[in-house]
Amino acid sequence: MTPALALTDVEFAWPGRGGFSLSCPLFRVAPGESVLLLGASGSGKSTLLSLVCGIAAADSGRVQVGATDLGTLSAGARDRFRAEHIGVIFQQFNLLPYARVSDNILLPLRFAPARRKRAGDALAEAGRLCAALNLPEGVLNQPAGRLSVGQQQRVAVARALIGQPPLIVADEPTSALDAKTQDSFLGLLFDQAAAAGSALLMVSHDARLGARFDRVVELSDIVSTQRAAA
Amino acid sequence: MILRLAIGSLLARALTVGMTVLAIALSVALFLGVEKVRTGARASFADTISGTDLIVGARSGSVQLLLYSVFRIGNATNNVSWESYQDIAQRDEIDWIVPISLGDSHRQFRVMGTTQAFFEHYKYRGGRALEVAEGQGLNDLYDAVIGADVAATLGYAVGDPIVVSHGLASFTDHDDQPFRVAGIVAKTGTPVDRTVIVSLEAITAIHVDWQSGAKQSGATTPVEVIRGMDLTPDAITAALIGTKSRLQIFGLQRWINEYREEPLLAILPGVALQELWQIVGVAETALIGVSAMVVVTALLGLVAMIFSSLNERRREMAIWRAMGARPAVILGLLVLEAMLMAAAGALLGVALLYGGLAVLRPLIDAGFGIWLPIDWPSTREALVLAIVIGAAALASLLPALRAYRLSLADGMMVRI
Repeated sequence: MTPALALTDVEFAWPGRGGFSLSCPLFRVAPGESVLLLGASGSGKSTLLSLVCGIAAADSGRVQVGATDLGTLSAGARDRFRAEHIGVIFQQFNLLPYARVSDNILLPLRFAPARRKRAGDALAEAGRLCAALNLPEGVLNQPAGRLSVGQQQRVAVARALIGQPPLIVADEPTSALDAKTQDSFLGLLFDQAAAAGSALLMVSHDARLGARFDRVVELSDIVSTQRAAA
Repeated sequence: MILRLAIGSLLARALTVGMTVLAIALSVALFLGVEKVRTGARASFADTISGTDLIVGARSGSVQLLLYSVFRIGNATNNVSWESYQDIAQRDEIDWIVPISLGDSHRQFRVMGTTQAFFEHYKYRGGRALEVAEGQGLNDLYDAVIGADVAATLGYAVGDPIVVSHGLASFTDHDDQPFRVAGIVAKTGTPVDRTVIVSLEAITAIHVDWQSGAKQSGATTPVEVIRGMDLTPDAITAALIGTKSRLQIFGLQRWINEYREEPLLAILPGVALQELWQIVGVAETALIGVSAMVVVTALLGLVAMIFSSLNERRREMAIWRAMGARPAVILGLLVLEAMLMAAAGALLGVALLYGGLAVLRPLIDAGFGIWLPIDWPSTREALVLAIVIGAAALASLLPALRAYRLSLADGMMVRI
């Protein structure tokens, strides 16, 4: 079976002097699998996520999302691929604060026609996701900037999940939440990712979150980093 | 949706965006306003006289003659003697000739002595004749026909007495010989509106007791005596001439210009007007240049405003990128925002211009005799607006390209 994500013999260095370089011999995420990557800041997680999302292209080796080798795509095609196949959730400041919640959720579909088709009636789907994520009724028409941080993170989940992308990438999505909200947030995220059949790759420094995941991986076990001498 | 988001983003920064839009609006209003006044002034001037083939006055500059004889701007340096006038009037080429005599005033308005022929032959705006809207023309020696603005400003009605002052802005009145408002000319949009018209004889009559510009001491001549006197003037200020055939204009002009008894000047109004535009043209170009620079300044402000917003918007750009937007979309977004701001500024500028015109038009008309038309924006103006928006788009490429590079470097992760 094709994994949701597979990195093979990846070598990468940020361009420019004093650049940060990273190598990842092998890392796979199975379809529908949930994986927690544990790593402190500076351990190369941002770089790894940039590679996975196709923002940066590996210098050598392969980064496969589904059956597609991102290295074979042009930069523009990678952007489009990301829109079609990957849902992204940040630590915080996920949303365009001036835009309505509905526009925020539908934004990735704007760049992903196939995903838009999968979503069907996109606005109704956005409403369904909001309800499933325990967001208050009528939230769709509110400006995103008015919501609480916890609500904003759940809207970000709805945005990542709409159109059921095969891979969800989350970068410390709970770090801005308090412990109690963290737990309910993770519960909702897991339920909906499972319902959409999406694999979930979450990066965090917090090992306590590990219990819910299928697999917990130390970043340092799969990745070696080097900071070139300035 | 992108348009909606761009508008949302602008509204979220209402204050800075508003100031930028206002700056563009003011600059556009200024630029179009200068253009409006320029074309309005030209049209007003060109409409002031038509159907007159030649204007004759004492020898001076042709523009000066045109200005004082038709536009009541400036003063004649010299007069035309009555004999010379008669000589010209007797020429075969002459179809009609109207003498005018200037120099006195009533309040802020000039008094013009002329004959009944003025009402027949003076034409404006493509051949329209003067129309005495109320009352009648000049019948009695002390009748005055006043322009619409004179009546409106001073609140005069037919039958009211008016006193002519000697010279312009003077303190000596011809109060011994009051006039009566006999008629009011309908609004023309020409200097006639701001003129008190009396008969040529009346000008002579009020100066019976005057010599060399000063009132002679001693008893004033009673009105009854004056009425019995020969009131043929010694001199006039200028004369308007219509020829029998247009072919004769140049011949007559040369004859007048070579007239030996007195240095005279005959001009074709259209040619003199062209000369005037040549003189004024330099100032016009300078004005247009300055107002164009103001527009450029406003656009620079727009660019500076976008530049300064880039840093605080890197997070926003990262969100767009994470959602699958190519860097080109980021670039397009910023250009779109610049165009929206420029378009809003341009529209607001047009609104300001027309609002300002509606308010200021009567004042400009009263003060300068220039009636600015309020029409739909001309294609030329629409072109100016399009250029402003296009220039904004072009200028915004600078910050947009920077955003493009930033978003390439930042990707989804902003390291601030």
